[in-house]
Amino acid sequence: MSLAQASAILPERGGLRGSLSDTLWRKPTVLLVLLLTPPVLWLGIVYLGSLFALLLQSFFSIDEFSGLINREFTFKTYGELLRPSNIDIIVRTVSMAAMVTLAAAVVAFPIAYFAARYARGKWKALFYLGVMLPLWSSYLVKVYAWKLILAKEGILTWLFAKLHLTWLIDAWLSLPIVGGNSLSVSFTGTFIVFLYVWLPFMILPVQAALERVPQNLVEASSDLGATPAQTFRNVLFPLALPGIVAGSIFTFSLTLGDYIIPQIVGTSHLFIGQAVYAHQGTAGNIPLAAAFTVVPIVVMGFYLWGAKRMGAFDAL
Amino acid sequence: MTTAVAFEKISRHFGTVKAVDAVDLDIREGEFFAMLGPSGSGKTTCLRLIAGFERPTAGRLSIFGERAEDVPPYRRNVNTVFQDYALFPHLNVTDNVAYGLMVKGVAKAERRRAADEALELVKLPGYGARRPGQLSGGQRQRVALARALVNRPKVLLLDEPLGALDLKLRENMQEELKALQKSLGITFVFVTHDQGEALSMADRIAVFDHGKVMQVGTPEEIYKTPNSRFVADFVGSSNVLPPDFVLRHAGEKRWASLRPEAVRLVEQGPGSIAATVISSAYLGGTTRLGLDVEGQRINAVLPAGEPFPAEGKPVHIGFARDDLHLMDEGG
Repeated sequence: MSLAQASAILPERGGLRGSLSDTLWRKPTVLLVLLLTPPVLWLGIVYLGSLFALLLQSFFSIDEFSGLINREFTFKTYGELLRPSNIDIIVRTVSMAAMVTLAAAVVAFPIAYFAARYARGKWKALFYLGVMLPLWSSYLVKVYAWKLILAKEGILTWLFAKLHLTWLIDAWLSLPIVGGNSLSVSFTGTFIVFLYVWLPFMILPVQAALERVPQNLVEASSDLGATPAQTFRNVLFPLALPGIVAGSIFTFSLTLGDYIIPQIVGTSHLFIGQAVYAHQGTAGNIPLAAAFTVVPIVVMGFYLWGAKRMGAFDAL
Repeated sequence: MTTAVAFEKISRHFGTVKAVDAVDLDIREGEFFAMLGPSGSGKTTCLRLIAGFERPTAGRLSIFGERAEDVPPYRRNVNTVFQDYALFPHLNVTDNVAYGLMVKGVAKAERRRAADEALELVKLPGYGARRPGQLSGGQRQRVALARALVNRPKVLLLDEPLGALDLKLRENMQEELKALQKSLGITFVFVTHDQGEALSMADRIAVFDHGKVMQVGTPEEIYKTPNSRFVADFVGSSNVLPPDFVLRHAGEKRWASLRPEAVRLVEQGPGSIAATVISSAYLGGTTRLGLDVEGQRINAVLPAGEPFPAEGKPVHIGFARDDLHLMDEGG
């Protein structure tokens, strides 16, 4: 038999590929370096490097008369950032991001739970399609579609009128802060559109986390006398928390940085993204724009630190 | 004696699959009851029916005389030791063990004390602060046992709890479980596919096949007087003899089982049967011979030390007529 005649050690494959394979097998570190260098260069220089260059700008200041940037180290721009009108923008944006994140977690959890626990085969494919499909169409198209839906002449008003619930919309719109002339020019509208646009970014990580919770842990909890609510609180929620935190990093930071949604659907009050856009564009105040950019980074830093302290990553 | 768990014509069908089919079963209070069967025989589904993870599609289930089909698991005073332990990965050992007490609202100091006691009981004192991930398989098994026992259940269900342990550990745990059951007096229901385990631990055994109970009895009854070919075949390595063979050598045209240790090598003479050795396996304490007897395969177990013939050698075998156990067709 030809197999029996083969020697125990096969000859080298020969050629460049053969010797390359052998060399890389003997020196796995070389392979690792080869694989990692391009992404590290990209991330380190192009991405992080330019981010730091931008942040550096926040320690420069602008000469108010000439409009030129004064490249001397100063905290003057941060002083400007802490003016009441700017603080307003920051508080507004952070509250909006917090509420969008909270609502996204509440809405996403049942969907993710269904997908992780019950959906199989065709239903799972349908779930992924349903969650991802909105991400495939242009973000601007979706936001403008929402503007029409929420407009005074829009389908939502029409639907509420048909249900004889116009008074409900009117009552809501007459509330301070969240209200306005119509849903499409109120914070409520901004909130709804943010929630819709970022929801997939919450559903997917939560679903991945729940997928990793074995069914028998739920059974064990119930076996030990826990009601479904207790099982949720003591087993499901803690084990899904890393997923919820991962999702909230997306929803929170995406809301903090967005400048298009509040411009199309919402009031004339600015969000951080719009402020950055205005300062670095029309106003040409790059230092202040950079200082505004620092805010989401600091907020996210504190958010992650808090989440870690609360034990959100213990189950990882 | 009180009945701890009673199945009356219980079925659990999944679509067209009859996982459990019209099973009648009485598990007595305080006994060590084993459900034995090959995988897919319905034994685990029966356990899950008692725990409440499955609901019967038909039949009546009572636990200590009370109807239980519609009672959710968290309202049954029954606890389970899961096959892969199902310890909560985000809780330490103490919190895992105290979980049942925590959800029942027992005060913290009280449940810590109870958890420590339970860990003492399963010989794992001082492990309370560790996470399940830091424990070995055998230790996780003990934590799972403590977590169930701390609730003082009326019935303890064990789903192949020793399956993942190595041989030495498994034998230790068998003894410990048996001793624990005796001292606590709790009804144990134990699911296993290992007939040796069932025989050595249980007071009574139910043998399952294809969703049905084939036989219920003490280990001795099951081992010595199987009521069907299936039980004879599955419990130990019994020789199942077809009616023709039994007719020739015992004068009755019925199926029969013959324990391998009842088969002896004899000198040629009246009543002896010619055979050929086809295999031999040295098992330490004994030697197992595979014999070809008139085209029928028969296993024989010889005590160690006895000289055994080489493979391919012709020999003669004999057995006492009393050792031949006649059975109904069954299975």
